[in-house]
Amino acid sequence: MSNSYGIMESIKRKKISELLKYDKRLDGRGLMDFRKIKIETGMIGTAAGSALVSLGNTKVMTGIKVETGTPFTDKPKSGVLTTNVELTPLASPNFEAGPPREKAIEMARVVDRGIREAKAIDLSKLCIDPGKLVFIVYVDIYVLNHDGNLFDAFALSAISALLNAKMKKYTVKKNGELKYGKGYIKLPVQNYPVEISIGKLDGKMIVDPSLEEEAVVDGLITIAIGKKGEICAMQKRKTGVFSVEDILLAITIAQKKAKEIRENILGELIAKNKKA
Amino acid sequence: MSNKKITKLLKKNGLRLDNRKFDELRSIKMEIGVLEKANGSAYIEWGKNKIIAAIYGPREVHPRRLSLTDKALVRCRYHMTPFSTDERKRPAPSRREVELSKVIATAVEPIIFTEFYPRTVIDIFIEVLESDGGTRCAALTVTSLALADAGIPLKDLVAACAAGKIDGKIVLDMNGIEDQLGEADLPIAITPRNKEITLLQMDGTFTKEEFKKALNLAIEGCEKIYDIQKEALRKEYIIVKEETEKIEEE
Amino acid sequence: MQYLVEKRQLVIPGELLAEGDYKSGKNTYQEENRIYSSLIGLANHIEKNVFVVAIKTGYMPVVGDLVIGKVIDMRLSGWIIDINAPYKAMLFTSDAFGRSFNARKDEMSDFLKVGDLIFAKISAFDRTRDPIVTIRDQGLGKVNRGHVIKITSTKIPRLIGKKGSMVNMVKRETGCQITIGQNGLVLVSGKNVEVEALAILAIRTIEKNAHTLGLTDKISNLLKKEEGD
Repeated sequence: MSNSYGIMESIKRKKISELLKYDKRLDGRGLMDFRKIKIETGMIGTAAGSALVSLGNTKVMTGIKVETGTPFTDKPKSGVLTTNVELTPLASPNFEAGPPREKAIEMARVVDRGIREAKAIDLSKLCIDPGKLVFIVYVDIYVLNHDGNLFDAFALSAISALLNAKMKKYTVKKNGELKYGKGYIKLPVQNYPVEISIGKLDGKMIVDPSLEEEAVVDGLITIAIGKKGEICAMQKRKTGVFSVEDILLAITIAQKKAKEIRENILGELIAKNKKA
Repeated sequence: MSNKKITKLLKKNGLRLDNRKFDELRSIKMEIGVLEKANGSAYIEWGKNKIIAAIYGPREVHPRRLSLTDKALVRCRYHMTPFSTDERKRPAPSRREVELSKVIATAVEPIIFTEFYPRTVIDIFIEVLESDGGTRCAALTVTSLALADAGIPLKDLVAACAAGKIDGKIVLDMNGIEDQLGEADLPIAITPRNKEITLLQMDGTFTKEEFKKALNLAIEGCEKIYDIQKEALRKEYIIVKEETEKIEEE
Repeated sequence: MQYLVEKRQLVIPGELLAEGDYKSGKNTYQEENRIYSSLIGLANHIEKNVFVVAIKTGYMPVVGDLVIGKVIDMRLSGWIIDINAPYKAMLFTSDAFGRSFNARKDEMSDFLKVGDLIFAKISAFDRTRDPIVTIRDQGLGKVNRGHVIKITSTKIPRLIGKKGSMVNMVKRETGCQITIGQNGLVLVSGKNVEVEALAILAIRTIEKNAHTLGLTDKISNLLKKEEGD
């Protein structure tokens, strides 16, 4: 059964839309302001790469594991990328334990598409023995505290963890056998997609909707933007509708915000990854 | 992994591979109130173990049929993230995780005044972010802090620690390799005030003498853990105490 | 054997507070002639009565408490109210309509809908059954406007201030009505969204900076500055 914590007070609903008319938000942000973003990386020793991202009070952790396995038959020379999202019950009174439901699966797929379509990882470099053995990169995303806009936090923690990730140096023998050497190399990260979710209410657009705003906005769209400003993935969420102009405006906003985040927040991680 | 090469867990000088003495704990750090949405939460770093615990409740029980008329239900979910182990762990709960969830719930329930909250549930959610042997003791220790942080009336805290046998010697607090290659493992939990044992599991082989020695060592370990727990709670709440005092002064 | 904890000492669950001829008060429990704390808080005693003032604990309904609640469901006999407690409260239709309810003539949702807020009083509660709330008293009833925020319960005393000084200042400076529910919810209602936003900003600032000195002045300055803008 749906639980009562998810029910929003009707006056709060009213309040959020009233405030938007004055270009204001409950927490005092401007319409185009993100909450404070904080990224820590490399805290999990058992993971190949890890990142803890805070977006205001939203807290998300991603761990990367690199293992070997068989490639998909239609892409025998390509490594495999697997993204998994878990809405852990410790993050919200609304989350229940159990296998991922449609919400978590949608989130995982949207993050996955952003990374995959941006070609964030050069999967062709993760082939060991064509058709037989490739590297599998597991991106496991865990939400620790849910205060809205999980999509953007997930994408940010995923790319941060990938940038942080390292794998053992290896060589491939002529017979296709894999041999690990000493030392580590970085994962072949070549693009840095950033996802921006934009909410729409009474014709106004906002970025980084909080938990309360997410419940109130009627339209919600998530757009993944690559390093050259290219659009890599989009997902319209919730039931509210958008006009063509709305979508175009949302893209412009997403491109601008993605660039800011990539330069100001991810810049250091990208530089470190390039150097290695 | 390189573990295969390791045959001896004790070095010639009698120290363990990580240079600890037989009765020495790993370094431990505890933090209170780390999550915003939960009613109570805490985080522990115990050696390389990194674990977070959150408490929700007392709240309404779903499904309703599980509700008890005379006390609160104590429910626990112990879970390991896929990146918390050397080999990626599948996200779905394993049989081991299901068992540990149960023994942890059973081990903390004795300290909770469950009779204060009939027909409700106290949910304990534990997420292991990184593991290196002894996660159940660390999880139990951090859970009791999270319960205290949730403001749920408690008779005492619960402190947990394991002792075991490696290379024929009784030692305290085994790490991952010691746990894997050692001969016996005895994780216990106690209520520090009355020294009542609320968790006891054992696997491996001990003689009766060895068991006694290990049990005493584990209890000593629990007492040290309790000191760190007290310290962590005091550190967090002394600030709140000072706040209230300032209000009165102003 | 006699022992008595120092006044205002920070104690944790299971900590010994007194031994000997004492009485176990609030947030404590007794084993033989020893009294222990059951919560994190500040120990205190008045004559023989030993008790603990809790620093952080969930809300537990007490008959007579004024609370802010949210309608989360409707039943034949009344509305189910979330009062930020372990139990959901019940508001009977007879209480709301002030007479017996006629399901054929009266429409419950004309009066209160899911998502609506009420300011109510706990009229009955004994833990074996869910609490019952009433709105049959002056100043109680449906909350039609304003904004509800949840405050960390430990910060509520700071928000109230000494003899209400802090909350009264925010009221005065913003012209907002501020209602503090004993269940940890605060209702802010003013003549327009701007003054409400200002009051909320002040409350959030109080919450965030609760440990800093001279907070009253700080908030006063903040409010004056924002008003001037």
